[in-house]
Amino acid sequence: MSTLHTVNKSPFERSAFISALNHLKPGDAVLMIEDGVVGARKASAFADLLAMAAESCSVYVLGPDLAARGMGENDVIEGAKLVDYGGFVDLVTTHRQTQAWL
Amino acid sequence: MKLGILVNEGPYTHQASDSAYQFTKAALQKGHEIFRVFFYNDGVNNGTRLTVPPQDDRNLQKAWSELAEKHKLDLVVCIAAAQRRGILDEGEAKRHGKNADNIAPGFRISGLGQLVEAGIVADRLVTFGD
Amino acid sequence: MADVKAAEIDSGVRKKLMFVNRKAPYGTIYALEALEVVLISAAFEQDVSLAFLDDGVYQLMRGQNTAGIGMKNFSPTYRALGDYDVTKLYVEKESLEERGLKSADLMEITYEDEDANFAEKSSVRIVSRSELTDIMAQQDVLLNF
Repeated sequence: MSTLHTVNKSPFERSAFISALNHLKPGDAVLMIEDGVVGARKASAFADLLAMAAESCSVYVLGPDLAARGMGENDVIEGAKLVDYGGFVDLVTTHRQTQAWL
Repeated sequence: MKLGILVNEGPYTHQASDSAYQFTKAALQKGHEIFRVFFYNDGVNNGTRLTVPPQDDRNLQKAWSELAEKHKLDLVVCIAAAQRRGILDEGEAKRHGKNADNIAPGFRISGLGQLVEAGIVADRLVTFGD
Repeated sequence: MADVKAAEIDSGVRKKLMFVNRKAPYGTIYALEALEVVLISAAFEQDVSLAFLDDGVYQLMRGQNTAGIGMKNFSPTYRALGDYDVTKLYVEKESLEERGLKSADLMEITYEDEDANFAEKSSVRIVSRSELTDIMAQQDVLLNF
């Protein structure tokens, strides 16, 4: 069973985003929440890095946090899926453990 | 599933408490059992009843207290972290010669063993922090 | 609800608990308060290990002198972990290298291996990023601070 990695800080603010991407196994899932959603924006300096991770892992973004920061589905990189808090719960229960990259 | 939630930051300064609250609500809506919500580090500051946040925004302490009452949640504030940061219940206040206590309804003060137990007994542990 | 004693937990349950340390000590309280959980966890007879990566490797630096900043130097506590049966302290090699650190910069932390005539062994295990990723994937519970 795979791991769910949550990232709650913007990659521009903190290196936790990079660190999370450096510790993924194929089949893992990454969920960006809170300020972490900034890292999913298409055409950002980190878009390519995230897109690469999306090749072997599932990338999710918490929709409500995206909306709060003035963004929507069309603003994130291709391959990133939006979930709500219910989807967040499902990700937690369908993965073996959750690692919070704070 | 049985879920354990760990909240490592206080209210308002970080989104952690809000995120944990929204997650907990969603998990309950999906029929999961919340084994325990453990407040550690500055998270203990969610457990003071003395906050007076502006009326036009959410009241996090009340939100947690009401969620706890509605769903019989176990909200635990770590005793060591609470002592450091000045969150006391009546017993703790007496024990340490303090002239007041401030724990909010629905929260209880207990040891770190409660966090470890949550890690062991719950099916999943989710952490919200800085 | 009364405090549950460690012994009341189903004695058949032995989970792999890993404490993940990614922050330097003293700038924030996470290193210290994480360690406090580790010490308590010893009473629960689980398979406890610690991971030190990113700036977390600084928690194990030898020669910490906190006199000038007026804070308690809690680094000696890491050396006592062996007495609590916590003998697996994984340190990420790449995190050390990125910071210009070598294993010689870290404290010596040992335990007595009762399966080897109580021979003194190092609790600090330097592992690569990909090895640590695998080790983390094998855990049952990850505690992050």
